[in-house]
Amino acid sequence: MSMRPERTFPAQVASEGLAIGRIALRRMRSLAAIAKGTPEEEVTRLEAACLAAASQLERLIGLAEEEAAAILEFQSALLADDELIDPVRQRIAGGEAAAAAWQQVLDGQMADYQVAEDEYFRARALDLADLRDRVVELLAGGAENDVVVERGAIYVGADLAPSRFLELDWGSYRGGAVVRGSSAGHVAILARARGIPLVVGLAATESMLVDGAEAILDAESGRLIQDPSAETRARYQRRAAEREAEAKLHATHLGKPALTRAGERVLTYINVDDPRALPAVDPENCDGVGLTRTEFLFSGEGGLPGEGRQFAAYKALMQWARGRPVTIRTLDAGGDKPIPGLTPDGESNPFLGLRGLRLSLARPDVFRVQLRALARASVEGDLKVMLPMVTRPQELEQTRALFQAVVLELAAEGIAASLPKLGMMVEVPAAALNIAAFDADFFSIGSNDLVQYVTAAGRDCESVRDLYDPLEPGVLELIHRVVQHGKLTGREVSLCGDMASDPRYLPALLDTGLRAVSVAPARLARAKALIAAYG
Amino acid sequence: MPDATERSILITHQVGLHARPSVKLTKLAKSFDADIRVRGEGAEDWVDAKSIVRVMGLKLRMGTTIFFKADGPDATQALEALVGLVERDFDEHAA
Repeated sequence: MSMRPERTFPAQVASEGLAIGRIALRRMRSLAAIAKGTPEEEVTRLEAACLAAASQLERLIGLAEEEAAAILEFQSALLADDELIDPVRQRIAGGEAAAAAWQQVLDGQMADYQVAEDEYFRARALDLADLRDRVVELLAGGAENDVVVERGAIYVGADLAPSRFLELDWGSYRGGAVVRGSSAGHVAILARARGIPLVVGLAATESMLVDGAEAILDAESGRLIQDPSAETRARYQRRAAEREAEAKLHATHLGKPALTRAGERVLTYINVDDPRALPAVDPENCDGVGLTRTEFLFSGEGGLPGEGRQFAAYKALMQWARGRPVTIRTLDAGGDKPIPGLTPDGESNPFLGLRGLRLSLARPDVFRVQLRALARASVEGDLKVMLPMVTRPQELEQTRALFQAVVLELAAEGIAASLPKLGMMVEVPAAALNIAAFDADFFSIGSNDLVQYVTAAGRDCESVRDLYDPLEPGVLELIHRVVQHGKLTGREVSLCGDMASDPRYLPALLDTGLRAVSVAPARLARAKALIAAYG
Repeated sequence: MPDATERSILITHQVGLHARPSVKLTKLAKSFDADIRVRGEGAEDWVDAKSIVRVMGLKLRMGTTIFFKADGPDATQALEALVGLVERDFDEHAA
């Protein structure tokens, strides 16, 4: 037992869970704090960082799916190219520090790509940025990336980039706590998909944290406890045992189709936020993909994804599903998901502004590219395309016309394409109330937004948190109406949102007659267990 | 390179000389001792075919002709191999 007193650091839950282990503290110091060496020392540091980056990339290439691997191979080839490294060496010889020289040269290369005529080449600027940051991080952090982590460590650091998250050995780390980031961020999404406990917004500085100290990561209520007392420890151990027993019980349901106690089948789809999490999921355990958030393709800075890149990503998803239906949502930017250069700046209330389908229809140049890629992917399996934030029937019809035009265009070009099923999210109350006016092939209730719009309570607004209630009768009434409309007209109604895998809400949803849900892959077993206990 | 052997070929790969094809091209070029240069149709400058920075920097799209020249003991084999790679669409199956 440590002589240090127990210390608790509050944080926000980004991915629910619990971990007991030791703190593995990632250095939080900044580049500016590192003294510059002689030119010889700086060159040595540069070369060591490049070497370490190359070996990280090699490892990632082995883990990545085909398209991502191609991009990583490009980065790896860049590191081996003297045409890139020599100018950095020259700058260092001229007196610059390794990190500054490297950044200058990479920024110059990026500028060259950013002005390219071809969209594909413009997008490569992102790969250069990724490579630049990888090496800079290594220059700042030294060789600690290769440190062998003892089993049961809790990753604690200033930040965690998505690419870093993917390369950490989550067999050794039990969870993470970081100072920056938000629960809506990309890393939070990755962590949830994999069921790795993560808290963000950790209220701690490096000097307060002790590397190697015993700690409890409470990603249920949001805190990191350093040097827990014997009592605290015992309490959490009991809680951990409870969770483990629950998980074991849930796991027995994973491989079976979801049936209620009365034997009614409930379709259980998965949400795909980032296809990089897919290799860990067995398609046999679900009925298909109920929601693909295509924002992952658009989340980098500068350069929107071209048709080829989008098509490759959609096709990979279809192949993974092996004939099961795959629902892909068209870009849902805006609101809390801004995309630089695409979403409008300075809207007084972005949640009520130009977002989702509204934005796509306002930017037909961008939308057409996505529709073309989707029409091409449609011939690869059972594709369902879903439109976000539909408010009026005209928006759906306008999109259908665009889609039909794109299919004809592709046919004229001799490219295989077809019109997929076209459905819509039900999240705007006006659409939910007028559901019979929408000639959609299927409906998917977006509960996160529907709850916020029906209760007029923001989901990130702490002071009205109790009003943001998925069990609000008005919310359940709207869901019930949509479900009944679907039953009467033979259209599938599903629900994707945090409600679908939450034990507090799922029974009420099933009460409305809903018989299809879509949940994060890591929540699949729990959702199936809850369904089995229903009725 | 007055004695250099020269060949040209049209890029038919669906997307052009993009990341993966470029990586393959430079890797193949590096497997030869010959000094190998490459340029795109309409461009004056020959660049080192063994450098990914240079090859990607050409930003060649589908439908452009690519020119190779090589100088060295295995120049003929090198050109044969590189032209073959482009002909085979970089061994990638266009979707």
